[in-house]
Amino acid sequence: MKVLVAVKRVIDAYVKVRVKADGSGVETQNVKMSMNPFCEIAVEEAVRMKEAGVATEIVAVSCGAQSSQETLRTALAMGADRGILVQSDEVLQPLAIAKLLKAVVEKESPEVVLLGKQAVDSDFNQTGQMLAALLGWSQATFASKVIKEDGMLRVTREIDGGLETLEVKLPAVVTADLRLNEPRYASLPNIMKAKKKPIDTLTPDELGVDVTPRLKVIKVTEPPARQAGVKVANVAELVTKLKSEAKVI
Amino acid sequence: MTVLILVDHSDAELRAATYNCIAAGEALAGLGAGDVHVLVAGSDCAGAAAAAAAVPGVAKVLKADAPYYAYSVAENLAPLVVGLAPAYSHILAPATTFGKNVLPRIAALLDVQQISDISGIESVDTFVRPIHAGNVMATVQSSDAIKLITTRATAFEPVAAEGGSAAVEDIAAAEDAGLSSFVGQELTKSERPELTTARVVISGGRGMQSGENFHLLEKVADRLGAAVGASRAAVDAGYVPNDYQVGQTGKVVAPDLYIAVGISGAIQHLAGMKDSKVIVAINKDEEAPIFQVADYGLVADLFEAVPALESELEKQAP
Repeated sequence: MKVLVAVKRVIDAYVKVRVKADGSGVETQNVKMSMNPFCEIAVEEAVRMKEAGVATEIVAVSCGAQSSQETLRTALAMGADRGILVQSDEVLQPLAIAKLLKAVVEKESPEVVLLGKQAVDSDFNQTGQMLAALLGWSQATFASKVIKEDGMLRVTREIDGGLETLEVKLPAVVTADLRLNEPRYASLPNIMKAKKKPIDTLTPDELGVDVTPRLKVIKVTEPPARQAGVKVANVAELVTKLKSEAKVI
Repeated sequence: MTVLILVDHSDAELRAATYNCIAAGEALAGLGAGDVHVLVAGSDCAGAAAAAAAVPGVAKVLKADAPYYAYSVAENLAPLVVGLAPAYSHILAPATTFGKNVLPRIAALLDVQQISDISGIESVDTFVRPIHAGNVMATVQSSDAIKLITTRATAFEPVAAEGGSAAVEDIAAAEDAGLSSFVGQELTKSERPELTTARVVISGGRGMQSGENFHLLEKVADRLGAAVGASRAAVDAGYVPNDYQVGQTGKVVAPDLYIAVGISGAIQHLAGMKDSKVIVAINKDEEAPIFQVADYGLVADLFEAVPALESELEKQAP
C-alpha cells in the first residue's frame, strides 16, 4: 500500500509570533521554522505503517515556497522514501492546497493520504477534509489510532465527548491528532541518507490548479495582552479576593 | 440573504455550542435583514428538531431523518447540505469536532474557502478569527458567493433555548455515500457542567503527577459547580481522557473563573483559556509563564494548596 503524507512548513510552535508593523501579516524574517507538529505525527504514522509492513512506499508532499524543501528533507530523514514539492510563492489557502494535493494524488495513486489535523500557524483545520471531498474518498479526521483491515481502516477519533471509532473504506484520507503517536527524532545517519533521496518539483500551473486566495487578509493585529495580576500569600487570601474583589465565587 | 445553521446535536437534543452558533447566525442575518434556518440531520432526531424550533429568531427548521445520518458521518451529510446550499448566503456550524469535521467537506464540494473558528463579525463578508494559537487576530474578507463559517462558541453569547416556535419541515435525505460506518463511542461520563459552557473551570497539568490526584480538583470543582479540564501534558501522560484538554487544538473555554493547577502555561494552553474573565494560577514554580496571565497567583505546592482551597471554600461558604 502506497501512502502519501502532506507536510507544511510553519513558524516553530514555540516561537513568540510577532505582527508586522504595518499589520499586513506575521513577521517571518529570521524566525525559526519547523515542520507543523501535526504533520510530524502524520509522517511518523506513515513510517510506522511501513515498518509494520502495511505501507510499501511513503511519498511526502509539501506545497509552498522553495524553502519547504527543508521540511520535505525532515520527512525524508524520518523515513519517507521520496518527496514532491509543489512550489508556489502565493499564499496558499486550504482549498488551493487540497486541489494541489488532489492533482498529486491522481499522479501517484496512493491508497491512504495522511495529513496533520491542522497547521498551527493558520489554524484552519480544513485541508484533509477538503481533499477527501474533492477525491470523493472517505475521511477519518482527528485520528488517535489507525488500524488497517481488509479494504478498510479502523480509525479511532478524538471527539468533543471522548472517542469515536469509524470504519472507513479505502482509499481514505486520515488526519492526525496529538495522541496518534510520538514522532521520532531523525538520527544523524538518517539525516545524511535523506540528502540523497529524490525530491521532484512541480508547479500549480503544471498541475492545472488556480491557487488565487479566496480570503483577503484585511489586517492582522495582536489581541490585547493580559496583564499579570497579583501574587497572593495563601489560600485564605485567594478565596477572600475571589469573593470580595473579583466577585466570581 | 438567508443563513443556514448546521446544528451539533445528539438526536435527542442540541449540544451547547449550537446555541452560540445560532447567535452568530442571527447577528449575520441582522446585518442583511435575512432569516435564519436550521438544519437538523440525524437518525430519529425529532427531539433535536423540536429543540431547534424552540429557539427564538429561528424562522424554519429543516429536518432530514435517515439511519445513515446518525453520528454525523461527514461523507453522508455533505451531499445533503450541498443540495440545500444554493438557497443560502451563509452556512454556519459550531467549531466543535462536528463542525470542524463536516463543514470543510461541504466547502470543498461547493468550491468555497471556508472561514474557520470566527470570533467576530465585521460585515456580511468580513470576519475576525484567531490564528497562531490566538496570538494574532486576522480580519479576513471572503470573495466566495456563499460563505461557509465555523464559529467559536466563547465569542458569541448563546441564544435562549425557549420562546420560539419555528415550523419544522421534513426534507428528503440524500443518498448514503457508503464510505464510512460508525463502530462505537467511548464517551466520558460526568455529572459536572460541560467544559466549554461552565461558569468555573479548574484544570490540572503535569504537576498533578497522576490521574488519581485529579480527585483533589474534583472536590474543589464540586464545591464551585465547576468543570474539570487539563493541559495537553496531563492528557498525553494519560492522567485524564482527551476530551479534558483545553488549548489551541483542544477545547477553547472562557469561564468567569479559570483555576490552573500545576500548569506551566505553554502558549498552546493559554490559547484555550486566556479569554477567561478571572484566571487563578497555583504552581510551585514562581517563574512559570502561567503567572504572566493570572489575575491571582499562588506560589505553593498544589498538594497542600488544593486541599486547603477546598476547606477554605467550605469555611467561607455563604
